Amino acid sequence: MTFIYQLINGVQIGAIYALVALGYSMVYGIVKLINFAHGEIIMVGSYAVWYCMAQLGLPWPVACAASIVVCTIMGMTIEKVAYKPLRKSERISLLITAIGISYLLQNVAQLVFTANPRMFNNFIGGDFVVGDRNFSNATLATILVSVALMVGMSLLVSKTKIGKAMRAVSEDQDTAKLMGIDVDRTINITFGIGSALAAVAAVLYCCSYSQITPTMGSMLGLKAFVAAVLGGIGSLPGAMLGGLMIGISESLTKGYIDSQLADAIVFGILIVVLLIKPTGILGRKTSEKV
Amino acid sequence: MNDKKGVSLDKKGLLKQTWFRYVINTALIVAGYALLMLLVNEHVLNKYQANMLIPVGYNIIMAVSLNLACGYLGQLPLGHAGFMSIGAYTAALFTMAVDLPPFLEMGLGLLFGGLMAAVFGFLIGLPALRLKGDYLAIITLGFGEIIRVIILNLDFTGGAFGLKGIEKHTTLTWTYVLVALTIFVIHTLMKSRHGRAILSIREDEIAAESCGISTTYYKTITFTISAFFAGVAGGLYAHYLSILDPGNFGFMKSVEILVMVVLGGLGSMIGSVVAAFGLTLLPELLRGFEQYRMVIYSLLLVVVMIFKPSGLFGKYDFSMGDSLDRLFTWIRGGLKIRKIPAGGDGDGEAKKDA
Repeated sequence: MTFIYQLINGVQIGAIYALVALGYSMVYGIVKLINFAHGEIIMVGSYAVWYCMAQLGLPWPVACAASIVVCTIMGMTIEKVAYKPLRKSERISLLITAIGISYLLQNVAQLVFTANPRMFNNFIGGDFVVGDRNFSNATLATILVSVALMVGMSLLVSKTKIGKAMRAVSEDQDTAKLMGIDVDRTINITFGIGSALAAVAAVLYCCSYSQITPTMGSMLGLKAFVAAVLGGIGSLPGAMLGGLMIGISESLTKGYIDSQLADAIVFGILIVVLLIKPTGILGRKTSEKV
Repeated sequence: MNDKKGVSLDKKGLLKQTWFRYVINTALIVAGYALLMLLVNEHVLNKYQANMLIPVGYNIIMAVSLNLACGYLGQLPLGHAGFMSIGAYTAALFTMAVDLPPFLEMGLGLLFGGLMAAVFGFLIGLPALRLKGDYLAIITLGFGEIIRVIILNLDFTGGAFGLKGIEKHTTLTWTYVLVALTIFVIHTLMKSRHGRAILSIREDEIAAESCGISTTYYKTITFTISAFFAGVAGGLYAHYLSILDPGNFGFMKSVEILVMVVLGGLGSMIGSVVAAFGLTLLPELLRGFEQYRMVIYSLLLVVVMIFKPSGLFGKYDFSMGDSLDRLFTWIRGGLKIRKIPAGGDGDGEAKKDA
């Protein structure tokens, strides 16, 4: 039975990783940038929903919507201000900028909200029973919302006009421009969508784990990134698969081996996968051109 | 890289001789040390200020060694703090275990710390360097985190409580000598044939490979050397603070070092040194703004990247010989003296700048 409990926990956290990984994967697919600041968007989203509910006393649907809006705007602004001027420069500069933005957000949050953790009251009440153990309905909600969003994202990318534009830009920016696609706008929207997903992940995360700190995003973001790389970065089904794998393996490590080693095992899996198949499980192989 | 043409009127000068440049540099290093000791002994620098120079020293070693992998080789390792922690723990555990005269103990400790870090650098570099760019960054980050988690969970490292009671062997002399040594080794390496091979990998890996440069060999060896010096810096760090906490060697520390390298200019030794110096002392000068330190750091990183991606010094490397050469040329120009045969050397420039 313990196995099933751990599996449920793993699927829950895995679903959150998958949502965040989707953001990483989309951004990487389109601008080839590891957006290190993505994890911090989760932190911003968590503080936003906490502030709306605990300080302003807004009802939860309004708070969630506010959080999504804040994150979307933030993601798009970061892209406009920090990444766009560097799009033509060396990749390493872009990556370092992303790291810089990530630390900037983290430290500003530390100044504004202090390092003390804020407690978030779960608004999804009630629980359900599996075997002899109770699980919060938040677990169920997390899994359902994530699955719904993932299906929605797949449809968005494959069926809609903006999805088509995104795929075109990720394939070849110059050609996409020639075909009349507004590349800057498409990239900006991609950042917006990714950040909105991160906001949803933030709300779900807060409901289950309740503690909000300025550094909460970095580890969560890193693991989600690991999930994206594991599944094959740039691939949406890959991000989902990677997220679930990371979540489950982490949860099983905590249950059966040692909770402190969970992080090491997650990175260990990443390293092994990268060495065997550098493009990830579902990643496409690209050959290098001279 | 310096422009060799045009500036110097005096092609056959003493200053172009390799051996003479070594003499100048050695003399300057010794003079610098004498000056430093004078300042400390005459209490121009008080005890606190003199002590602050030790963190400056190990940060310079960290920055210069990361610059080797990052600026010269053109990779982006994000786990440099991991190597520092290996060096720190190895050196500290060694000096705690043995009972030798302090000088010998410290020397061996630092050596073992560096070697252990180098071994790990090799083991990690060998597989990791097969990957490129972002993937390399993320895999080294992963290794860095794994090292930290493992140290946290081992018994003999003191785990989360940290390692306490390390003898305080790190002196200003040790720091100065090791900084000079690190800079010397990396500088000479970069001016050698191997250095040019490393630079060619940065410029274009495929072209380098097609010119017969074994990229795997050079990447691994550079990574290993870089890890070695990070380990030595770790040893200094351990014997300076006398307490080690695995939490201090996280991703944050790696980023801090990276900021120094990037700010100074990727691929500029003098840039790394100046940036490490400045960024270590900056928080001390801004005591009252302690909480803003990291905000300033991260903002600095973003602003530098957007407005001057090449850093403060770009790829400029300082060379005492060239600078003196230019200075003399300038003075001579001012005195309207066309040419003075310098030092009576006959055989022209047999060797170029080493």
